[in-house]
Amino acid sequence: MDDLYRDYILDHYKNPRNFGELEGATHHYHDTNPLCGDEITMFLLVGGDGRVNDVHFTGRGCAISQASASILTDEVKGKTLDELKGIDRERVLSNLGITISPARVKCALLSLKTLKGAAWGLTEWPGEGATEAAKG
Amino acid sequence: MAVTARAEVARPLDVERIRGDFPVLSRTANGRPLVWLDNASTSQKPRQVLEAMRVVYEEHNANIHRGVYEFSERTTAAFEEARAKVARFINAPATREIVFVRNATEGLNLVAYAWGRDNVKAGDRIVTTVLEHHSNFVPWQQLAKDAGAQLVVIDVDDEGRLRLDQLRRELERGANVLALTHTSNGLGVVNPVAEIVRWAKSGGATVVVDAAQSAPHTRVDVRALGCDFLAFSGHKMLGPVGSGAVWGRAELLERMRPFLYGGDMISRVSVERSEWNELPWKFEAGTSSYVDAIGLGAAVDYLQSVGMDRIHEHEIALTRHLLPKLLADESITVFGPHGLEERVGVVSFDVKGIHPHDMATLLDREGIAVRAGHHCNHPLMTRLGVPATTRASMYLYNTTAECDALVDAVGKAKKVFGI
Repeated sequence: MDDLYRDYILDHYKNPRNFGELEGATHHYHDTNPLCGDEITMFLLVGGDGRVNDVHFTGRGCAISQASASILTDEVKGKTLDELKGIDRERVLSNLGITISPARVKCALLSLKTLKGAAWGLTEWPGEGATEAAKG
Repeated sequence: MAVTARAEVARPLDVERIRGDFPVLSRTANGRPLVWLDNASTSQKPRQVLEAMRVVYEEHNANIHRGVYEFSERTTAAFEEARAKVARFINAPATREIVFVRNATEGLNLVAYAWGRDNVKAGDRIVTTVLEHHSNFVPWQQLAKDAGAQLVVIDVDDEGRLRLDQLRRELERGANVLALTHTSNGLGVVNPVAEIVRWAKSGGATVVVDAAQSAPHTRVDVRALGCDFLAFSGHKMLGPVGSGAVWGRAELLERMRPFLYGGDMISRVSVERSEWNELPWKFEAGTSSYVDAIGLGAAVDYLQSVGMDRIHEHEIALTRHLLPKLLADESITVFGPHGLEERVGVVSFDVKGIHPHDMATLLDREGIAVRAGHHCNHPLMTRLGVPATTRASMYLYNTTAECDALVDAVGKAKKVFGI
């Protein structure tokens, strides 16, 4: 079995969790990875207590980008917006449990980028910076 | 003339001997023999090109057009000889009509700025096509916005061939510019440029041809095409990165303002005013990438020693071998022409259920380099209704065995994805 496209990744790609638009979302954000044409829209339903009561995503693209979004939505649900700040690029990459080559890092991080865009209006790539990006 | 030459094409290429000229082709990628099928992106370089550049750097490097000493004279002579080679390669009427640039993109921008800004006015019509690479689309789109001109974009049919009826109608209505690719980088379609130019001329259009994908693979003859400007990159045709040329009719180049200002492009500068150098140097500001241009001259020598018609026949033979194998698989969609007429060896495809980037990653595991993405062709991808395709593109050093390796690796990728 291929080490990148292991069953766990392909399962999330073929059967994405929390997929589809979210009716009544309080926050949403759409973004693309211009290199691949991956697209993700992240929808959050945040309660008055700042807790993410529900999260959905829509999108299309490579297995890495879509599986990453599926895994991330599972992790986000039930956390407060404050707790989401603890989710960084290292966390997303380690959740995937595979080694991502530098050329594909943005595929893996598009989900986190759209989450941060939805939650706080942040529009930069997570952990961006020449040296960090090069680390893969 | 072209017909006679084509009739002589019978002797197949000695691909093994050719491969011996390309050091990188004996390398491995991910532990597998390298299969280089990303030639539409960039080509590999033969020793002859590397040697021509080494000779300059190690034996007589000096800036061109400046020194009065021997090294500068030798380097200048080699640079201008490269220009003459490029002129002969595309059958240009005059060597001074060849302007060295970094790549086709720079050449096309040179035309859009230096010619377009003074010749495209509000209300003019710029005709282009959905097949264009961004480099021959965006400069005209932006010029249209700046000048208040109208951008008319011609569609393709389902196999990616230009809607010639639509194009002819729009050109005969009258247009100021036609920006047209000779060969599509995304689909491998070859456009009937000579015929299209006749329509363009009847409607008064100046014709700018992007030859980035045709000059490396087919015979390009600017006199037979009848166009006014034509640009191509050296790095896609065995030459070094940073080399390329734009050809223009002398009478147009003469009337144009310079593109970039600086050294080497002037004849005289006073505090109040400047006068421009003669063609082609008027368009070559600053120190040219002269070693790269000399390398491009060596690449032209190499291509011509093999023969452009033989190279084209070889790539069509490879396509004839590869296409049916892909078309036979119901999970595979092949974009672009399914026939072998009027095309080059670019095969764009999609496997249902596997995104092109995942496909390219899995092919890379097998040592196969292909391009996955939008190929700088957003309007075309939108027209095809796909975000991206996987593109295998061939050249003179590729083999049927490499095409088979690609087909096998696509099969393996399908297994990984359970298709």
